Amino acid sequence: MDHLKKLESQSIYIIREAYRQFKDVAMLWSIGKDSTTLLWLIRKAFYGKVPFPILHIDTGYKFKEIYQFRDKYAREWGLNLIVHKNQEAVDRGVCPEKGKLECCTELKTNALKQAIAKYKFKALYLGIRRDEHGIRAKERVFSPRDEDFEWNYKEQPPELWDQFKSKAREEEHLRVHPMLGWTEQDIWEYIRKEHIPITDLYFTKNGKRYRSIGCETCCSPIDSNADTIDAIVEELKTTKISERSGRAQDKESAYMMQKLRSLGYM
Amino acid sequence: MNHSDTLKFVIVGHVDHGKSTLIGRLFYDTDCLPPDKVEEIEKTSKELGREVEFAFLLDHLQEEREQGITIDTAQTFFKTEKRKYVIIDAPGHVEFVKNMITGASQAEAAILIVDALEGVKEQTRRHAYILSLLGLDQVIVIINKMDAVNYDENRFNTVKNDVEKFLESINIKAKYYLPISALKGDNVAKKSENMKWYQGVTVLESLDSLKNKPPAEDKPLIFPIQDVYKIDGKRINVGRVEAGIIEKGQIIKILPTGQVTRVKSIEKFMENTDRSVAGESTGFTTEDPVFLERGHVVCLPGNEPYLTDTFKANVFWMFRKPLDINEKITLKCATQEVSCRVQSIEKRMNSSTLELLERNATILENLEVGEVIIKTKHPIAVKTFNEVQELGRFVLERDQLTCAGGIITEIL
Repeated sequence: MDHLKKLESQSIYIIREAYRQFKDVAMLWSIGKDSTTLLWLIRKAFYGKVPFPILHIDTGYKFKEIYQFRDKYAREWGLNLIVHKNQEAVDRGVCPEKGKLECCTELKTNALKQAIAKYKFKALYLGIRRDEHGIRAKERVFSPRDEDFEWNYKEQPPELWDQFKSKAREEEHLRVHPMLGWTEQDIWEYIRKEHIPITDLYFTKNGKRYRSIGCETCCSPIDSNADTIDAIVEELKTTKISERSGRAQDKESAYMMQKLRSLGYM
Repeated sequence: MNHSDTLKFVIVGHVDHGKSTLIGRLFYDTDCLPPDKVEEIEKTSKELGREVEFAFLLDHLQEEREQGITIDTAQTFFKTEKRKYVIIDAPGHVEFVKNMITGASQAEAAILIVDALEGVKEQTRRHAYILSLLGLDQVIVIINKMDAVNYDENRFNTVKNDVEKFLESINIKAKYYLPISALKGDNVAKKSENMKWYQGVTVLESLDSLKNKPPAEDKPLIFPIQDVYKIDGKRINVGRVEAGIIEKGQIIKILPTGQVTRVKSIEKFMENTDRSVAGESTGFTTEDPVFLERGHVVCLPGNEPYLTDTFKANVFWMFRKPLDINEKITLKCATQEVSCRVQSIEKRMNSSTLELLERNATILENLEVGEVIIKTKHPIAVKTFNEVQELGRFVLERDQLTCAGGIITEIL
């Protein structure tokens, strides 16, 4: 088996383990390259019939390409798409200009809390990867969160030989991370091999492209001439710029990601 | 570069012997560090009033940086000219042993790091023992901080002999013993000018010589059923091939029921194939309408794993509340899950010194190792760990928390 096939098999194994244990699950889809790849793997695991909802936490600040892509493939792949927005915070005037930490917390983390409470999800699939950020390098495959959403990183359960933590207790939900072991380059090579559709924000326009996408307000593009997946794969082999360098929430202070994550940020 | 060659290795050893620093050094010397990461590390080091700490590359939690220790295991990626690596950093503090085991259980090889000044310490031995328990037989021993002992050859030999003696007692034969300074870079990526007496390989060369775990394709089929899906009127049995190959038309036997049938089709989404190999997540249908469920193990008639309810095992207990031989706990082996009892603890041992604490014990305390006999409520399909690792290892769960890892040494 080659490297990509090994990664694919491991991810599908985790996806099936989680669904076996929790029927009240959903997948968080940000429409970026990682969660779209995760969705692809989930479609493979369940033979094209995804048995649970796909959840999009909408801040209202996403790129228009993201909304178009989301609606097109939700239809094409027959997804049960749930879109949730923290309308109360938006109405209060929360926005990036007034403070990024508050904005991320309200429009992403608290929006997610509301959605979990509303739909009573016991577990959530997320497409995070260890190579994205030092904090993510410490995640488990099955990662419990308590009722306040806190990530107790000091007391993470041991994970041996693909034996993951069983059933969540009443008050907690589990984050399931089937793609922790993938790198950014693996993602692109897999997208190329499988012909996974992807929004064209990732390809160059006027000498710039997005390497990581989120809200339009808090993402900046990098200098790049990569106009095809081949060119992106080549670029990643030589680049010295880290993937999330264009993401504002990683930069504010050394521990902002840890704070966001321990508060339940994705 | 061949992608299938990515190798996962773990760095273990006593607290403060330099695990995280070595990783930082490997990154720095192989030019795998993005400038904005270097900048971030420099900035945080300055804020904490320290010299540049390469350890911050993996020690990302606030407490880790402020206290200068690793709390949780982390994984990161780097590459040499020869291949790609996943480095698993493991904490060296005794309180975080379960994090260390989590990291080490995913590795194909290990670096055991020992401080040249301090020599063999409590976690050096405990971690080495855990490596042997996990079946990791590719071990590189690194004697670090040679700069702190004036690059002295005699000191290196003394520490090397101590480590060697201990490893021998647990049947580990290290591939290399390297004198290095992770801080200064001696013998990490390039040969040291300060240790002319050492003619051996560098850390990078030693890593490049390691081998990937051989695929289990050549062994007889073992396919533990993970789940059964009903898709378009078909019953698809899904799971991962743990050993061997599953093929269309093959006659298979199902344990524990003993039913025999034939594989009607291999089922993968958007892929037409007649076979799946070890390591692959796949699905299949059967010719006869046999009833399969999670925990059943598919194998070849005449080449079956043992079906037993009693076996001997080595167990590493990692939970504050001790294991009691009178309690019922859950055993998980591949996708099999069964209630069991540890019938007897023949030997209770200190996992660091390996000193025998008690024979025929009734409890096993946190961080102790036991040679035990386990009796399961129903027979399950197993192999010994030496025969097929995937079916010879298990975890014990209490109240839905993993509290021990174990390997099967003998079928009774």
